[in-house]
Amino acid sequence: MSVLVYIESEDGKFKKASFEVASYAREVAQMLQTTVTAVTFNANDTSELGTYGVDKVLKVNNDKLSNFNAEAYADVLTQAAKKEESKVVVLSQSANSKYLAPLLAVHLNAGYASNVVSLPEGASPFVVKRTAFTNKAFNFTKIETEVKIIGLSKNAFGLKENQASANAEDFAPTLSAEDFSVQVTNVDKAKNKVTIADAEIVVSGGRGLKGPENWGMVEDLAETLGAATACSKPVSDMGWRPHSEHVGQTGKPVASNLYIAIGISGAIQHLAGINSSKVKLVINNDPEAPFFKAADYGVVGDAFEIVPKLNEKLKEFKAKNA
Amino acid sequence: MKILVCISHVPDTTSKINFTDNDTQFDTNGVQFVINPNDEFGLTRAMWFKEKQGASVDVVNVGGAETEPTLRKALAIGADNAIRVNTPATDGFQVAKQLANVAKEGGYDLIIAGRESIDYNGGMVPGMLAALLNANFVNTCIGLEVDGTEAKVTREIDGGKESSTTSLPLVIGGQKGLVEESDLRIPNMRGIMQARKKPLNVVEPVEVVAQTEAEKFEKPAPKGAVKLIDPDNLDELINLLHNEAKVI
Repeated sequence: MSVLVYIESEDGKFKKASFEVASYAREVAQMLQTTVTAVTFNANDTSELGTYGVDKVLKVNNDKLSNFNAEAYADVLTQAAKKEESKVVVLSQSANSKYLAPLLAVHLNAGYASNVVSLPEGASPFVVKRTAFTNKAFNFTKIETEVKIIGLSKNAFGLKENQASANAEDFAPTLSAEDFSVQVTNVDKAKNKVTIADAEIVVSGGRGLKGPENWGMVEDLAETLGAATACSKPVSDMGWRPHSEHVGQTGKPVASNLYIAIGISGAIQHLAGINSSKVKLVINNDPEAPFFKAADYGVVGDAFEIVPKLNEKLKEFKAKNA
Repeated sequence: MKILVCISHVPDTTSKINFTDNDTQFDTNGVQFVINPNDEFGLTRAMWFKEKQGASVDVVNVGGAETEPTLRKALAIGADNAIRVNTPATDGFQVAKQLANVAKEGGYDLIIAGRESIDYNGGMVPGMLAALLNANFVNTCIGLEVDGTEAKVTREIDGGKESSTTSLPLVIGGQKGLVEESDLRIPNMRGIMQARKKPLNVVEPVEVVAQTEAEKFEKPAPKGAVKLIDPDNLDELINLLHNEAKVI
């Protein structure tokens, strides 16, 4: 009956989103009067999960699973959910979780709600609030199946400490050749760079920056803040910045704590993609830019003067508050 | 190679989103509908396979007669045949089941669907379809090459990309990157004329029980006014971000 959570790690460390998923699962478990079981892949010390309310950890250790593989991971989670007789499975909305969730849903004959931003209103009916229309609206979805899968939006719930025992046991699922019919040949990932998906702060540049050669100040500001860099659609379309940085309706969604938009006018498609960010700061020389209507804080002026100055002041601030 | 491209009929990206019937229905009044952008990248990639590798390209949509102009647009872009499953789309699972039925009947080698529709953003149809068909699946796909029954794929991951090899039959969750924005095609007059004569088959749905129900919608709370800070007083900005917003 346990609520099952899929725990993701990177470079041997649990991802913050996984602690959020565990925190959420804890409250769902309380509502359903049951416990929380986490599934980890090739993790050593899992005791940290107890801080966020995990009662039991199923540790999967298998070299074949050292790279993420959606089919294989979905197979493992299916077996874990069946073993635990789980009625609710909670996962994050990382690229990997979004990849495996629909496979898992079919294997478990479960209804799946993605982009969820609230706890269920009750055990029955089981209704969750989720974002839709690319953050232009919310939608209340009732999951009607016996087994339910929840994809929890980043930063929607936060971390809640709730000490539990996190009793670890080894779990050895059966894997088949079919699980590996998609074979990873190469992973190309920037090392030591914050990703848009994981970042607490995102610094984003638009056409107002005039050319790719002017991105130095965006990167400097991002470095000072430990932020990820992003860009608007025209900027990626013109090849100033890689597609992977494009945020907005057809690009990546942003759900950071702080989103800083520099020289971005704020087209409706862009605003939709970044709307889940908690606080928005806009720097633009056009006081009529639509982005100011969607912003919390705004500075009207020349980004080429403001951004370097802001960066210096932030460095001083960081040094003082370190 | 037989390709099936799944087309979702969605409000244009610039649409204002409103609801009617006590916030239970999307208000289509004054809304322009288009091919879901993530699907259009896939359709354009499919046209490449048609032109360079002699593939056939069918398009399919699950929806009422009002979605036919969107399918006609896909035909005008160059798809060979269109199929409409004659039932409203209710949830991701129901749509995936209908599509799986069409895919089985048609014996397709490659099925391309957008990674998500821009209306409900469920992001589940391609994966569910793959699982129902027991086909291989690659999501958030930004590169796709097919040689015989072997496929080389690249997918976007958080912070980078990942390359894989796999084989047909294959289901792709597509997005921008499969082709570039500048590769997208605007149908020309000849395409539009030809599209009128191309087959658009209406098939009846299979029986499916939906797993979820969208009960109600809500618009985000209106935003308070922006706080403007003088560019000569950035200390105040830092103070606000630190003490008021508590984000730095």
